[in-house]
Amino acid sequence: MDFLNAIILLLNFTVLPALTYGSQLALGAIFVTLIYGVLRFANFATGDMMSFGTMFAVILTYYFQSIGINFGILPTALLTIPFAVFMMIFYMLTIDKFVFSYYRVKKSPPVQLAMVSVGVMFVTQAIIRIIIGPSDRRFLDGEKFILKATEFKEITGLNEGLTIKSTQIITILVTILVVSIMFWFLNKTKTGTSMRAYSDNEDLALLSGIDPKKVVLITWIIAGILATIGGILYGLDKSYRPFVYFNNMLPIFAAAIVGGIGNPYGAFLGGYVIAFAEIFLTYAYKKFFMYILPESLEPTSLVQLLSTDYKFAISFSILVVVLLFRPSGIFEGKKI
Amino acid sequence: MKQYYNVITAYSIMLFLIILVGIFQSWSIALSILNYCLISAVMTIGANLQWGYAGLINFGIMGYTALGGLAVVLISVAPVPEAWSAGGLGLIICLLIIVLMVLSIKFLSSKFKKLKNKTFVISSIIIIGIILIRFISATAIENIESIDPAKTGFLGGLGLPVLLSWIVGGLFAAGVAFVIGKIALGLRADYLAIATLLIAEIIVSIIKHEDWLARGVKNVIGLKRPAPYEIDLQNTEWFINLVEKFNSTKLDFINSISERQEILSQLVIDASSVYVKLCFTVLFLIVVAILLVLTQRALYSPWGRKMRAIRDNEISAGAMGKNVVKEHLLIFVLGSAIVGLAGAMMVTNDGLFTPGSYRPMRYTFVIWVMVIIGGTGNNFGAILGGFVVWFLWVQAAPISLFLISLFTSHLPETNELKIHLINSAPYFRFLIIGIGLLIIMRYRPQGILPEKIVKQ
Repeated sequence: MDFLNAIILLLNFTVLPALTYGSQLALGAIFVTLIYGVLRFANFATGDMMSFGTMFAVILTYYFQSIGINFGILPTALLTIPFAVFMMIFYMLTIDKFVFSYYRVKKSPPVQLAMVSVGVMFVTQAIIRIIIGPSDRRFLDGEKFILKATEFKEITGLNEGLTIKSTQIITILVTILVVSIMFWFLNKTKTGTSMRAYSDNEDLALLSGIDPKKVVLITWIIAGILATIGGILYGLDKSYRPFVYFNNMLPIFAAAIVGGIGNPYGAFLGGYVIAFAEIFLTYAYKKFFMYILPESLEPTSLVQLLSTDYKFAISFSILVVVLLFRPSGIFEGKKI
Repeated sequence: MKQYYNVITAYSIMLFLIILVGIFQSWSIALSILNYCLISAVMTIGANLQWGYAGLINFGIMGYTALGGLAVVLISVAPVPEAWSAGGLGLIICLLIIVLMVLSIKFLSSKFKKLKNKTFVISSIIIIGIILIRFISATAIENIESIDPAKTGFLGGLGLPVLLSWIVGGLFAAGVAFVIGKIALGLRADYLAIATLLIAEIIVSIIKHEDWLARGVKNVIGLKRPAPYEIDLQNTEWFINLVEKFNSTKLDFINSISERQEILSQLVIDASSVYVKLCFTVLFLIVVAILLVLTQRALYSPWGRKMRAIRDNEISAGAMGKNVVKEHLLIFVLGSAIVGLAGAMMVTNDGLFTPGSYRPMRYTFVIWVMVIIGGTGNNFGAILGGFVVWFLWVQAAPISLFLISLFTSHLPETNELKIHLINSAPYFRFLIIGIGLLIIMRYRPQGILPEKIVKQ
């Protein structure tokens, strides 16, 4: 019984949150990696682009709520995804047309493009703050919990409760759906194959008649979908605040590089690596050991490897270690 | 002379703008903008050394700035003896353990090159060391932080003059940059950018959360200054006389003695703040001038030519027998040291150390925008960039407020769009700087004052 309690404790406080957070990071990391693989630059506007898409979802959610449209027990924000994605893609294509395409045609070094993306970051941040302001916003509605701790205790008779928030399940399910569609698209369709070819070797791809404009367009469309959905899921689970989204760029980069930048599968797994490391290393295991160890061996301290203040620092340290020993990432980067 | 025509024009315009601020807003504001411009200039000299001379991307400027600030606290604040006696010993033992760990790992990796289980041995040393440190430091830190937490709760500094801390700030940054450079400089350009950005975040989060070191997010206030304090000046005889002399024509018109006294004391208060800021300005100007002379000389020396050769073509420079790795490390350390110096200057100027305020937006990206807008590879350009961008950063809100009210003047006061726009005026600074960066990158990628290659 104690053993079961310990398992439930870990599930409730580490595994479920890590899976949720990992899914959100994974979507962002695939976005970074796609841009890096096909358009060949590190996009420093990542966090703000995710924030931009989410902003529309927030505004539309408020609008839908005001005219009485809702999605039953599910959050209204899910209804707004198509519109938010559309706005996001529109914005990305505009930016690409006026900013990035010039450097792509000129074949500028990736560093210059990264610098340009810093400019885009500033502009995007300004637009977001001018439209919606910098404050914290919650836009989750519908049923909050699928399973409450007290209900779980009643059903199973255990001491530890398991709380399943609806946002956690929604995040995990939506991520699986989006990512599997994307991998199917990349591997099975002709357009997806041409994207991979373009990413592998641009010259050969051009020679074999692949239209670069189409590849870039499709990349931005997929990137827009990933960024918006990732941003909305994060916002539903925590809350929407532009500054936090900007900061999320850092663990997302870490996830993309840990997984091997340019490699979507790696980025997907990298998101979970980062999330699990962050949560497992900062969790206080005292209660867990109280369940599984005999009374005489019970720990007196919190048994916390690192204080939660260093949550971000962990993902960065992992990144540094990976960069040192395997600069191409755990799962071999630079191919789609 | 002709080749400096651009430089002189650009700087005169900048000076004119600052004087305009002095006339229309106040001299105190103008001087504080100028001081921050000078600090930004030091930072851009450092960043330009790395990016302009050597083509290294260092997005970790924030981390070195914070280290410089930390140096001010550790050098100039008076020590807290109670804290030292409560937990100093434990922390010194921890420091010794760290030194021992580093030395033993170094020894192992140099002496036993072919040892089979080397990784295993080294990682076990690290793990045992960390467990020991956590065990010893936990009580020490708790003791230190419990001593008068509202005022101290940290070890304090050494109580030395604050100007010394500027040098120490540079040394701190240089030391950390040496370690980071050893680790990360082999990476490709964009990886280096991301790695340095994240390492800087680690540095800042350590400073933020280790309260025993510098009070963390509780901030350290009331730091020493190399300039006199306003309150002392206001009671000093010669200063009051000086202010009286300056304003004698204005004061002569006033007949009543009490009224005259009142106006004089108000003038003295204003003048004291301007005087203190002027002291800082002079100090900062000296630093900028020294750095400018040194970097200019370095740029046109054989060493500078070597750096440019490495930047322009690493492979051929390597083939000519230049040690690319060593030179990169050297310039990474030098540039970071200058940024650390700037961080120390900034904290001294503010008189307070707020680790929570170190954010990548303000201390990394804005500095980079300065270098790129001003002119990469040209020190005068980089400094100008520091001036222009900082000026815009501060004055963007008033400018955009003015523009908003101009464009919405036909709308009634209660119009929601107008109110919303006026409330979001502070965020237009991001828009102005972002668009400025994009335009410069597109139409003048070398910056306002491009790099000049002098043929010798």
